[in-house]
Amino acid sequence: MNILWLQSAGCGGCTMSLLCAEDPNVFDLLDGAGLHFLWHPSLSEATGAEVRRLLAQVEAGEIPLDILCVEGSILMGPNGSGRYQMLAGTGRSMLDWLRSLAPLARHVVAVGTCATYGGITTAGENPADAIGVQYDGSHIGGALPADFRDKSGLPVINIAGCPTHPDWVTETLLMLAEGAMGSDALDGYGRPRFYADNLVHHACPKNEFYEYKASATQLSEMGCMMEHLGCIGTQAVGDCNIRGWNGAGSCTRAGYPCINCTAPEFEDPGHGFTETPKFAGIPVGLPSDMPKAWFMALASLSKAATPHRIGVNATQDRIAVPPSLKKPKP
Amino acid sequence: MTEDTTLLVGPFNRVEGDLEIRLDVADGAVGAAYVNSPLFRGFERMLLGKGAMDALTITPRICGICSISQSMAAALALADAGRVTPAPNGARVAALLHAVENVADHVTHFNLFFMPDFARPVYADRPWHSAAVDRFTAQRGSALRASIEARAKLLHIVGLLGGKWPHTLAIQPGGVTRAPTMRDKIRIGADLRAFRRYLEDQVFGAPVEAVADLTTLDQLEAWDTGDLGLFVTIARDCGLEAMGKGEGRYMSFGAYPHPEGPIFASGVWDGGAVRPVDAGGIVEELGHSWMLGSAAHPSQGDTLPDEAMRDAAYSWCKAPRLNGQTVETGALARQIVDGHPLALALAAEGGVRARVMGRLLELAQTQIALEALLARIDPAERFMVEAAAPRDGQGAGMVEAARGALGHWCTIEGGKITGYQIIAPTTWNFSPRDDRGVAGPVEAALVGAPVRPGEDTPIAVQHIVRSFDPCMVCTVH
Repeated sequence: MNILWLQSAGCGGCTMSLLCAEDPNVFDLLDGAGLHFLWHPSLSEATGAEVRRLLAQVEAGEIPLDILCVEGSILMGPNGSGRYQMLAGTGRSMLDWLRSLAPLARHVVAVGTCATYGGITTAGENPADAIGVQYDGSHIGGALPADFRDKSGLPVINIAGCPTHPDWVTETLLMLAEGAMGSDALDGYGRPRFYADNLVHHACPKNEFYEYKASATQLSEMGCMMEHLGCIGTQAVGDCNIRGWNGAGSCTRAGYPCINCTAPEFEDPGHGFTETPKFAGIPVGLPSDMPKAWFMALASLSKAATPHRIGVNATQDRIAVPPSLKKPKP
Repeated sequence: MTEDTTLLVGPFNRVEGDLEIRLDVADGAVGAAYVNSPLFRGFERMLLGKGAMDALTITPRICGICSISQSMAAALALADAGRVTPAPNGARVAALLHAVENVADHVTHFNLFFMPDFARPVYADRPWHSAAVDRFTAQRGSALRASIEARAKLLHIVGLLGGKWPHTLAIQPGGVTRAPTMRDKIRIGADLRAFRRYLEDQVFGAPVEAVADLTTLDQLEAWDTGDLGLFVTIARDCGLEAMGKGEGRYMSFGAYPHPEGPIFASGVWDGGAVRPVDAGGIVEELGHSWMLGSAAHPSQGDTLPDEAMRDAAYSWCKAPRLNGQTVETGALARQIVDGHPLALALAAEGGVRARVMGRLLELAQTQIALEALLARIDPAERFMVEAAAPRDGQGAGMVEAARGALGHWCTIEGGKITGYQIIAPTTWNFSPRDDRGVAGPVEAALVGAPVRPGEDTPIAVQHIVRSFDPCMVCTVH
C-alpha cells in the first residue's frame, strides 16, 4: 500500500517520534509490511515541482491513493479562507488539498492530537482558527464532515497523542495493510482501541502511592500526582505505561503528570496543567468508571491505612524507606 | 543557459515544516530570492492569559524536532522572571537532555535531510555517486538506517530522564522532575558509549577526538574515512565550499548553561574578536511580514497577524535584526563563537560545506562534552529546588537549539502571561526582508546560486537551503 503524508499545522513531532520506532527501524518495519511512502515531507527525495506533479497525478486519479496521513491541525483562518496555511508552491490552502485528496484515499489517518481534534494549535484564543480533520475538539465534524467515510467505510482513523507513540502509528498502518482494522477497532472518538482501551494509569509506577492516596506535593516527589499536581492518568486513554516511550519512559515515570494528551481539548484544561482543581479540598476529576461515593469512601479509608514506607516516600525525590524484609524463620 | 524567469520552489521538503522560495533567475543564476513561511500558528497569542507555568507545557509543542530547546528556553525565562536558580545537578541533567536532542537533530539533518540529494540521478555521472546511493538514498540508504537506529537508542536517555521525546515536561525552572539514580547514570553512560561507537564506526570512521582535533582546512581535505570522508569528497567535487556563502556575521546565545558554565560560549563574531551579544539590540521588524504593529524588542513585541495578507509582505516570519543587521546562527556560528580553530577556518568560506561541517564538528565536540557532563552528575544530590511560580516580572530565556539561537521573552502579571515573544533560530536565518529592504541571511546566500538548464527546482538552491537546516515550524510559531 502507498502512503501520502501531509504535514498541516503542527510541530512535525509525530514524524520525529515515528523515527524513534525500534526493532526494526521504521523504514524496515513499513517496508516489510509492503507499505511505502508515495511522498513524505521529511523523508522523501522529491521536492518542489516533482511533488506538484505527483499530487496532480493523485488528484487526477492516475495514481491510486491507499492511505492519506495528515499530521497537524487544519487551519480555517483567516475568515474561513484557510490561507493561514498554503501548501508551498501550489497556491492552494492545505484545507483545499485535504478536501480534494481525502475522498480519493482508501483510508484517511489523522496522526496526532492536532490532526485528530485540533490539539495544541487550538489553545487559548485559537488564533489560526484550527480544527481537526474530522473533529472540532470533542465535536464530530471538522475539516471533513461528520459523515465522511473512506472507501472502505471507515471514518477518519484518529491516532491521538501529543506526540503519537511511534508504535501507535506503525501498528495502525500495519493493521490497515493487513485489512485488520474494522469500525469496531475504533473507540467513540475514532481512536484505535488497541492502545485507547487502556488508561495511562495502567502500569503506572506510582500505582502503590495511588492505592493509598499518598500524594506528591510538588514535582520531583515520588508520590501520586492525582491529588495535587494535575495528573489525569486515571482518565486518560493510552498504553503509555504498559508500552513505554523511548525505551522504557513515560510522563509519570519521569515525575510529571499525565495531561491527557490523547483526548480532545486537552490543550485547555481550564486550570494549570500541573495543578489539580479541587472543590472543598477534594479533587474534581475522578477516575473513569468509579462511582464517586465509593471513591471517597475508599480514599479516606486507604489514606488512613497508608503504610509508613509509602507515606514517607511519597514526598521524597528518591526511595527513603525501602520495603521491609521478611525475617528469616527461626 | 537558462532563460530569465521566476521560479516558485515548493513544497520544499526535508526541512522541518513549510517553506516556499521565490527565485528571480537571470543568466543561469539566482538574482534574488524571497523566502516565505506559508503557515501561521500563533503560539505567542495562545499563551496570553495562561498561568505562567503553562508555558512549560505549551511552548515545547511549537516544535517537534527542537522541543527540548523550547522547553529549556521557557524554563529559563520563567526562572529569570521568578529569580530562581535551579539546583546545580538539575541544571546538569537539563543540559544533558538538551545536548542529546541537539545531537539527535544533527544526525537527522545530515542523514535524512541533507545528504539524500547527492543520491539523485542528476549526479549519476560523478565518481562518488554509487557510494552516495548506497549510503544516502532517501528511506533506504544504509547510512539512513544506521542513523535512525542510533538516534532512537540515544533518545533512550530522554525516555529515562524526560519520559518521552519530543514534548517532555521534565525541565522546570527549579531543576528536573526526576532524580536519576546511580543505576540511571550507569545506563546513560552505556547509551552514550553506544552512540560514540556509531559515530566512530559510521560517521567518522575514526575516533571522535580525531574530528574534534581538526584545526585546518588541509587536514579536513585529507579526511577519507566514514561518511565524513564521503562528504569531503562530494563537497570538493561539487564546489560546496563556494556555494551559498553567507555574510560572515555569526551569533550564538551560548549552549548548555550549567554550574560549570556554558559548554559553547555566547557571542557575536564577524571577523575580529568575539563580542558579547547585545540582547537589548534585538529588534523584530515587520515591513515584509504579514504582521501588524511596529518593530519592537521582543520584551515589548506583539503578534498581530495581518489577515489581509498585504501585497507588500510575503511571509508570516518576522525579520529579527541585531543592532540593525542580519546574523547567521547555527552549529557553525556556535563553533566559531566558541573559537574552535577548524570552525574559524571554515568561517572564511561560510558556505554549504562550512555549515554542514560545523554540525559534524559539533557532533564530535558534544559527544565528548556529554561524557564529561554525565561524570559530574551526582545522584546523591538534589535535582530540584522549591520554586513558586512567578507572580509578576519579566524574564528572558536564551539558549542554543540545534539550529542556533533561540530566545523566549515573557511578561507575567498577577501570575498570568501578559506577553510572550519567541525568536527561533530559523526566524533569524530565514527572515524576510527588513524595513530597509535588506534580505535575510538565506535570501542573501541564495543570490548567485547556479540554475542548470531546464531545472525547475534547482539542486544548488536545495543544497544551500538545507545547509541551514531550517525549522519552519519554529519560525511560524
